[in-house]
Amino acid sequence: MTARETRTLILVVVAFALLACLPLLRHGYLLSLGVDIAMYTVLATSWALFSGPTHYISLATAAFYGIGAYVVAAGIGTLPYPALVALAGLAGAVAAALVGLATLRLSGVYFVIFTLGLAELVRQIVTWVQNNFTGSRGMYVLTSITERMIYWELLALAAAVFFIGWRVARSRLGFALRIIGNDETVAAHLGINSAACKLALFVISGAFAGMVGAIMAPRLSYIEPSIAFTSELSFQVVIMALLGGVHRLWGPLVGVIPFTILWEVIAARFPTQTVLLLGIAFLLIVYLIPNGVVGRIESALRAAQRRVSHA
Amino acid sequence: MDILITGLLLGATYSLIAIGLSLQYGVARIMNLANGEMLVAGAFGAFWVFTAQTLSPFTAALFVVPGAFALNWLIYRVLLRPLVRRAKSRGMLEVETILATFGMSFAFVGIMLLVFGGSYFTYSYLAEPYRILGSPYGLNRVVASAVAVVICGLLYWGVHGTRTGMAIRAVAVDPAAASLVAIDVPRVSALSFALGGAVTAAGGIVLSTFLTMDASIGVVFTMKALIIVIMGGVGDVRGAIIASLILGLAETVVASLIDPGLTLAAAYLLFLLVLLFRPEGLFGRRQS
Amino acid sequence: MKRRTALKVAASAALTSVLTIGSAYGAEPIRFGAVAPKTGALAAGAAITHWPNIQLWVHQVNERGGLRMKDGSRRKVEIIEYDDRTNPGETIKAVERLATQDKVDFIVAPYSTGLNVAAAPVFAKLGYPQVAATAITDKIPELTQRYPSIFFALGSTTALASSVADVLAKMKAEGKIGNRIAMVNVADAFGIELAEASRPIFVKAGFEIVFNRSYPLGTQDLSPIVKGAKASNPDAFVAWSYPPDTFALTEQSKIEGLNVKAYYTAVATAFPAYGGKFGKSVEGHLGAGGVNTDTAEMKAYFAAHQKVTGKPADYWASAVTYASLQVLEQSIEAVGTDRKAVIEHISKSTFQTVMGPWKFVNQSIDKVWTVGQWQGGVFHGVASTGLPGAKPVIVKTGW
Repeated sequence: MTARETRTLILVVVAFALLACLPLLRHGYLLSLGVDIAMYTVLATSWALFSGPTHYISLATAAFYGIGAYVVAAGIGTLPYPALVALAGLAGAVAAALVGLATLRLSGVYFVIFTLGLAELVRQIVTWVQNNFTGSRGMYVLTSITERMIYWELLALAAAVFFIGWRVARSRLGFALRIIGNDETVAAHLGINSAACKLALFVISGAFAGMVGAIMAPRLSYIEPSIAFTSELSFQVVIMALLGGVHRLWGPLVGVIPFTILWEVIAARFPTQTVLLLGIAFLLIVYLIPNGVVGRIESALRAAQRRVSHA
Repeated sequence: MDILITGLLLGATYSLIAIGLSLQYGVARIMNLANGEMLVAGAFGAFWVFTAQTLSPFTAALFVVPGAFALNWLIYRVLLRPLVRRAKSRGMLEVETILATFGMSFAFVGIMLLVFGGSYFTYSYLAEPYRILGSPYGLNRVVASAVAVVICGLLYWGVHGTRTGMAIRAVAVDPAAASLVAIDVPRVSALSFALGGAVTAAGGIVLSTFLTMDASIGVVFTMKALIIVIMGGVGDVRGAIIASLILGLAETVVASLIDPGLTLAAAYLLFLLVLLFRPEGLFGRRQS
Repeated sequence: MKRRTALKVAASAALTSVLTIGSAYGAEPIRFGAVAPKTGALAAGAAITHWPNIQLWVHQVNERGGLRMKDGSRRKVEIIEYDDRTNPGETIKAVERLATQDKVDFIVAPYSTGLNVAAAPVFAKLGYPQVAATAITDKIPELTQRYPSIFFALGSTTALASSVADVLAKMKAEGKIGNRIAMVNVADAFGIELAEASRPIFVKAGFEIVFNRSYPLGTQDLSPIVKGAKASNPDAFVAWSYPPDTFALTEQSKIEGLNVKAYYTAVATAFPAYGGKFGKSVEGHLGAGGVNTDTAEMKAYFAAHQKVTGKPADYWASAVTYASLQVLEQSIEAVGTDRKAVIEHISKSTFQTVMGPWKFVNQSIDKVWTVGQWQGGVFHGVASTGLPGAKPVIVKTGW
């Protein structure tokens, strides 16, 4: 480990320790914003782990998230909660593996549309099973888990995502993915099994989305298909990650924080035109910041460096 | 027989939902996620004409169709053209337009909420039995199918029988090559996009005679249209029509013979199978 | 009105961010928060049942000069509205925001079962009373035990289902219908729950369920369902349905000529738009809810609703929503703005509402309307869990 890495590591640990203190402020509103930011950080970062290097835009986040929420709703009362969260991660991973095996050979827009339809498909099947076999009387997740515990769980999950992202980047897998991202043909000639690499990352992102769904389930309390499998979630994750930038591990984080706050300000200040303004904000991001905030910063830095070297 | 006719009627309904998007995506290369909102706007026009003016809802077409055409032309020129211009590749364009039009669909929902309010709009028009081979079918659905046949026929003639249509087909096949033979690609794209929007709004008028809608429901239609367009094959109006009919039949068969609870799941499964085994769509050309 | 609330919100936001104004003239208004869908899947239902009643109530209270407090002063009410986009995460955040940022005195309970249940923990944590007028669940005992601040006013799933069975059983006993029931349900939490609860009840009441199918939410063509139901040759048709499919099922039944003597659809049968759309054919249709349209209070309420909001009230949860606001109103007038005292007061007192006298037993109103029927152009209650004024059930005679 180089000195620079050690320094970064210490900084990250301190940052997480500080963030973990947020619930101690006993400010409910800040905490619920914190939960949102932590949730989207995990989702967007794990999404970018897969989509950054492969350039695949996945809109399946809601599918895995919903599966996770349903695992908890179905199992609460029979299994201990931590086991359910692990199980939800596993379910998300298995679902991602199945989907990945079937669809990762699709290219471009087909993959996007398929993943968009996936949340619908899973939702239909879950509802049908619930209707005909489990016969459950509504899915309630009534626990004593409080908002602050949810926040800490998500924070821990965020730490895990960053750790895995960091490990992947330094591993053979990360190196292989960078080559795939640049040119898949070259990668194939080098003997890289590009399908397996993509699948591995897709499974990781699916597992995280599943766990996030499981962690959020107690907060939703009442699990309904239309709530658990909302496509809005998938789109928000994509736009946040793209707003930040997907080529750096910390990129999505840079998107999540301003976006969540912007969304919140709109919802709070313009309660009657919320949706209209959210749409306009969404459009402005797409039009004005196409390469993400990180891209902006980096090109600005590069420009500055060039100026310095020319001087 | 009953299932066949019900399925065809449903399929015709689906073609009204999907054919506009087929034009927009196939020619202008815009995967328009705000398509469903255009349909709802058209439906509201019909509702307004029927309830406030007590006229036949179809008279709404007089202002809805030109209005939708103009609006979509503007949307393409002002909002989407810059994306087309800055996109480095087709894949990038698709991602950007998906995100942009998703934002637009939000904005449209917001506007419709301001203008129409949030309630359901539903009315009763031609809700009488119409007998085909002895079994009753909703007259409004039969009329909708007839309108669908007319619209599809007109489009087919327009695309295959006119000079502009030839330009449209050329752009659908290869925009770069089309511009080499002196086709004004931006103009043709804008025209197709506007035409697609107008057709979708017209579909909304027809659908409103038997579907209950509200300002937020557009996304349901968008999803259906996406599935059909991808299934049918990119840039092929015929493909979209046939895919609509197949989907309508499949859903009716599943609903009648297996379990109505599985209709939508069956639709997605069918979509998945098509994607896996013929990713270019049922009638699409394999891309190089 | 929309414009006015928007202005009011903007003004109050601007004011609170600069300074908190004291009572320059008269007493300060009491601030209420409201969060419910204005967009998303449940927006249309909320636009019929939820928002107009808040508008009506605020209008009426302020027209009267405000709430009459214990010390004799009058305090007007003002309302801050948020759209939760039918997303429970947003509901929770908006409740937090109302309590900690806007510092409202009270919060109107959200719309629908799901959003109310999701918001219950945060209402309880913040100590705000939550009088849920649009939540139906069998988990009432568990929820009320867990959250002392929540109150239910629309009854339980089982009560709704067994009332339908009772109505049909009575018709059967009187020889008006046979024992064949065709039952369908929308495959979403509400429909599944009701279908599940009602199946054994119907069987126990001596019915034979000859057709039993579900369909996904958002199905565009329900004719296979109606054809199937018709082919099973039923005496009664029961649909645990949601608004869009309630409309579609009825239209399809009319086209197919599904002639049953008892025709039941669940949510939205009580909407005025349902009667408006189908005109005379709805005569004799049974549906969820109903009210006693004959009481003077109810007549005045319906007239005021039409006058102030410009649209008619529905015949089920509209009046319940208004009554839930009256509960808050009367409690605040009795004990002031101390929320703990208000919760205490709600759980113990009897209230005079448009629904008649209301008393919460174990935080829940146990006397509710469960089945209504269209009779002569209005949707009147025909079955309840112990309320007076039910009309006798009539037999549906064709379309």
